[in-house]
Amino acid sequence: MSFSISDRCVNCYACLDLCPSNAISQGVSQFHIDSLRCTECAGHFADPQCASICPVEGALLDGEGQALHPPGSLTGIPPTLRVVAMEGQPAASLLP
Amino acid sequence: MELIASTATPPTRGCKAKGCGTNDDGLAGLPASVREQVQNHPCFSEKAHHHFARMHVAVAPACNIQCHYCNRKYDCSNESRPGVVSEVLTPDQAIRKVKAVAAAIPQMTVLGIAGPGDPLANPERTFETFRRLSEETPDIKLCVSTNGLRLPEFADEIARYNIQHVTITINCLDPEIGARIYPWIFWNHRRIRGVKAAKILIRNQLKGLEMLVERGVLVKVNSVMIPGVNDHHLAEVSRAVKERGAFLHNVMPLIAEAEHGTFYGVTGQRAPSNAELHALQESCSDSMSMMRHCRQCRADAVGMLGEDRGQEFTLDKIASQEIDYPTAMARRQRVQRAILDSLAEATPPLAAKPPPEALIAVASKGGQVVDEHFGHARHFSIYRVSAGRRAFVERRAVALYCSGASDCPEEEERLEGHLGALADCNGVLCSRIGIGPWQQLERAGIEPSSSYALEPIDQALDRFYQDLLEQGKLTTSHPQQATA
Ligand code: SF4
Ligand code: SF4
Ligand code: SF4
Repeated sequence: MSFSISDRCVNCYACLDLCPSNAISQGVSQFHIDSLRCTECAGHFADPQCASICPVEGALLDGEGQALHPPGSLTGIPPTLRVVAMEGQPAASLLP
Repeated sequence: MELIASTATPPTRGCKAKGCGTNDDGLAGLPASVREQVQNHPCFSEKAHHHFARMHVAVAPACNIQCHYCNRKYDCSNESRPGVVSEVLTPDQAIRKVKAVAAAIPQMTVLGIAGPGDPLANPERTFETFRRLSEETPDIKLCVSTNGLRLPEFADEIARYNIQHVTITINCLDPEIGARIYPWIFWNHRRIRGVKAAKILIRNQLKGLEMLVERGVLVKVNSVMIPGVNDHHLAEVSRAVKERGAFLHNVMPLIAEAEHGTFYGVTGQRAPSNAELHALQESCSDSMSMMRHCRQCRADAVGMLGEDRGQEFTLDKIASQEIDYPTAMARRQRVQRAILDSLAEATPPLAAKPPPEALIAVASKGGQVVDEHFGHARHFSIYRVSAGRRAFVERRAVALYCSGASDCPEEEERLEGHLGALADCNGVLCSRIGIGPWQQLERAGIEPSSSYALEPIDQALDRFYQDLLEQGKLTTSHPQQATA
C-alpha cells in the first residue's frame, strides 16, 4: 500500500527529509509520493514517517484516499471553526 | 506544577544592576566581552540598529513541532511575524545572495537563519549554509534561531562554525502550560502529544541552552507572551534562563489574527496590550531595553531593522552577479570601522544625574515630518527622548476612530484604540487634533501637541521634550516610563 499527498500540502520539505524509501519528491506545485516506492515505512519504523511529521491536516492520504489527519487532529482547531482556519490569504494582503 | 530543571546551575554572570556602565545603549548590564561582540549587531544594540544591517536566508522550511500561534503556511512565528512567507532557497542560492548583499550593503554585519520552519529540523540545509559561509564570508557574523528540540544533538556542530549567537524560543518551564502552547512534537520518529511532548521539548531547550553556554556560544532566549496562558509564568522563565547563562531574555507579543488561521487566532486568544507587554518586560529583566526595538523580522528580511530590501536581491537579480568577495570584504571593513569610530565619538560623557526620559508618540504619514491628523493616524511611531537624544522604539498600529468629518458619532468610544496604544506615552505629536480626543488624552496623562505640525520629527521631538520638561511634566515618574 502507499500513501499520497493532496493539494493541501504547503511544501515544507519535512516529509521529504524523513522518508526511508526515497519515495517523496518535490513537484511543480507540491510534494508527491511515488506509489511504487512507498512502503508505508514497513520494516523501517513503527509509524509512517511522513504522516508523523506532516503539520497539515488533510495533506496526507492513505491507500484509500482518506485523510490520515482529519480536521482538528493536528491543530486542535475545532472543525466548526476550520472554515476560516486553513484558508490562507495571499501573503501580501497581510503585510501592514 | 512541575518545573523541569536540571541539577547543574551555572553561576550567574556579569553585572545585574541597571545601567551600571557608561553605556546608554541598554547593553550596560552585559559583561564587557559580550558587549564587544554585539556592538555592531543591529538586533542587540539600539545604537547599532541605525547603522548596521542584518539579513536572513530562508533555507529551513521544515519544522518538528507545532506551536498554537503558527499555521505553517508562513514563516516560523517564533522568530518572524506570522502571515508572511519567504521563498525557500537552496544553500547554494543562499550563499550567492549573502555575497550579493554583503557587497551591496557593506553595513550588513549579521546573517541569520530563522526559518521559515526550524533551522535544526533542516540540519543539512542549515549547516551546509553555515559551513560555507564561515569559509567564504568569514567577516559575517552568523546566528540561528530554534525551537530547541534538537539543540542538544547539534550543540557541538553549532560551536564549530562562526556562529555568534543562538536564539532559543522558550515559552514555559511547566509542561502543563507547554501542552497549551504546543499540541505535538516529532521526536524519535514519532509524533508525541500533550504534556509528554512539552516535557521533552522543555528538557531539550534547557539542556541545549546549558550546552551552548558551556561551549562559549552566546544564547538569547525569546518568549512569546500569551495572556492567560504563560504571562504569569514568564518572570520565572526569565530567571531560569539567566541562571543557566542566557545573556538576554526577550519577551515578544503574541500575534494572533483570526485570518492567519492559527489555533490561537481562530479560537479568539487575545494578544497582550502594549502596556501589558511593557509591564512584563520591565518586571522580567534588567537588560531588556536592548531588545525593545526588535521587529520580529521575516525569515528572508534584508537591510536595516524595520526595512526589507529583499526585492533588490531576488534570485533572478543575483543570478548573473559574480562577487569578488575579498575586494568587497576590504570595503566592508573600512565602512564598518568608520561607523564604529563615529559611534564611539558620539557617546556623551556620563552625566552625574541623567535627564528624565519621555516616551513620545508621533503621528506622521511618511515618517519624516509631523503631518498626520491624530484621528486619521493608522499607526504611531514611538520614540524615547531625553536631552538631545532620540531613539526610535517601535511602530504601533491603532484602529481608526475617524474616517471623515461627517461620521464621527461615538468619537470617544472609538478613541479607546488610540488610548490603548499610547497608554505608556508621556505625549503625542500630531498635525491636528479634535478637542474631544485632546481632553481624553490629557485625562489619561498623555500630553497632546499640534504646535509642531509639519516640522521634521527630530526637531519636533526635541522641542516638545523641552516643553514637557519645562512644564514639569517629566519630573514625576510616569507609570510605564522607560528606563535606560
Ligand atoms: S509512508 Fe514512509 S515510505 Fe511511504 S512516503 Fe511516507 S515516509 Fe516514505
Ligand atoms: S510534510 Fe506535509 S505539508 Fe510538508 S511537504 Fe510533506 S506533505 Fe507537504
Ligand atoms: S517552531 Fe516556528 S515553524 Fe515550528 S511550529 Fe513553532 S512557530 Fe511554527
